[in-house]
Amino acid sequence: MSKANINSHTIIKVQKLTKKFNGFTAVDDISFTINKGEVFAFLGPNGAGKTTTIKMLTTLLRPTKGKISINGFDVKHHQHQVRRSFGIVFQDFSLDEELTAWENMYFHAVLYKVPGNLVKKRINNLLRLVSLSDRKNDFVKTFSGGMRRRLEIARGLLHRPQILFLDEPTLGLDAQTRNKLWSQIYKLNHKYQTTIFFTTHYLDEAEKMASRVAIIDHGQIVAQGTALELKQLTKTNSLEDAYLKITGKDIRQESVDYMSKMRLRQSRRPR
Amino acid sequence: MIKIIYIMWLRQIKRYWRSKSRIIGSIGQPMLYLVAMGFGLGGIYQKAGGGNYIDFLAPGVISQSIMFMAVFNGVDLIWDKQFGFLKETLVAPVSRLEIVLGRVLGGATISVIQGILVFLLTLVVGFKPENLSYLLPSVGLMFLIGLFYASLGTAIASLMKDFHGFQLIMNFLIMPSYFLSGALFPLDSAPPALQTIASFNPLTYGVSGLRQLMAGTVNYSLGIDILILIILSSITLSITSYLFTKIEA
Repeated sequence: MSKANINSHTIIKVQKLTKKFNGFTAVDDISFTINKGEVFAFLGPNGAGKTTTIKMLTTLLRPTKGKISINGFDVKHHQHQVRRSFGIVFQDFSLDEELTAWENMYFHAVLYKVPGNLVKKRINNLLRLVSLSDRKNDFVKTFSGGMRRRLEIARGLLHRPQILFLDEPTLGLDAQTRNKLWSQIYKLNHKYQTTIFFTTHYLDEAEKMASRVAIIDHGQIVAQGTALELKQLTKTNSLEDAYLKITGKDIRQESVDYMSKMRLRQSRRPR
Repeated sequence: MIKIIYIMWLRQIKRYWRSKSRIIGSIGQPMLYLVAMGFGLGGIYQKAGGGNYIDFLAPGVISQSIMFMAVFNGVDLIWDKQFGFLKETLVAPVSRLEIVLGRVLGGATISVIQGILVFLLTLVVGFKPENLSYLLPSVGLMFLIGLFYASLGTAIASLMKDFHGFQLIMNFLIMPSYFLSGALFPLDSAPPALQTIASFNPLTYGVSGLRQLMAGTVNYSLGIDILILIILSSITLSITSYLFTKIEA
């Protein structure tokens, strides 16, 4: 699988971004840029500031300081234009379980004002892309974790966003589903030049898929570059070893801990 | 704008309609009040010269069930906050006012459906409406009660992060509102202090209005009931919209 379909136009620009919660600094003066079509992996230990950063990039949280430009629009002043520019798959599932796959997609289409004459065709195409056509009229509550993730990705693409944010999109999925999902994301990146910004606990995914990687720890970006550059910098053979050397933390153990937390959360979900 | 409000409204309706256990469960409590209190206290009420207690009680129980359903629909926002769906709407390129209007109107509509179901139940236990031609205006009033309480529930939910404060709502908002609204006993024979407290309770005006339309009994004038409910709904809806815009996921 060759890496991303990139051009030189900057689509995400983050300058001196900071977020504080009651005196605690979750994100501390970070800056980076991402070009159109890039697949950018944003890595870091639990609580390092990855999700907070994504929330600020996607208008869900107001930054304490700093500037963010998405697709040429300032996040603070042009929220609607920014929101039209991206699709997002959140870390936690965000589908309505009481609706069918089709209804979840349709709901999204209306919210994003997808032209009425295109809605049906786009939903069908995307459901086919994520292999859920035959389940389109089933309630989401009957779906497995992998199916939900695929549906969320399809939903995130319905309004043809320029950027797709994926916050731990493959967490808790089996290896086969993960591979399938990434090959679909790869197709999207190549077909539409969609910029992909993702976080993951699976460093093999980051190494294989990302054209560039940034590692955040304690709210600060501690390393940035291609996987090869990070390996050379740390004199290691894999991104996982490079990560361990940079952060001093074993991401595998964190992944196990995090998944236990996620399962507990899911089990508390009302039925 | 209308389409966004409509889709948010439709989602609420679909979720309600598909949850049959919720519909059946929500009839249980009004049924208990009608049977236990209606038949239990009916004799005493009649001996005291109050007339048919079911006729008195029915509008009160209908109002109470509308309030319950509307508040819980508003508070439903906490589930969406906790289990992710809210984020999908918050990152959409639409104004939060549209989202909140759709949600509140959905909650109000569901509470009207609930009110109609309980109304049918009251007929089964012997309630005889004074004038059937007032049924349509009664539905309108039910909607106003629902609108106010769905806004209130959504406002509260906008401020809450989880369900830990839920018991607080039950104990300090819902139950006192019900018991101090004149739903169960005539306010004009209550002590003046209680009457004063009841006059600050929005549900009092809902019960009063419905009782006038359905049973022909006057407490406050219908015009005052409607006016107060419209004013309160407008104020609450404005506050709710403001609080909703401040939500950070």
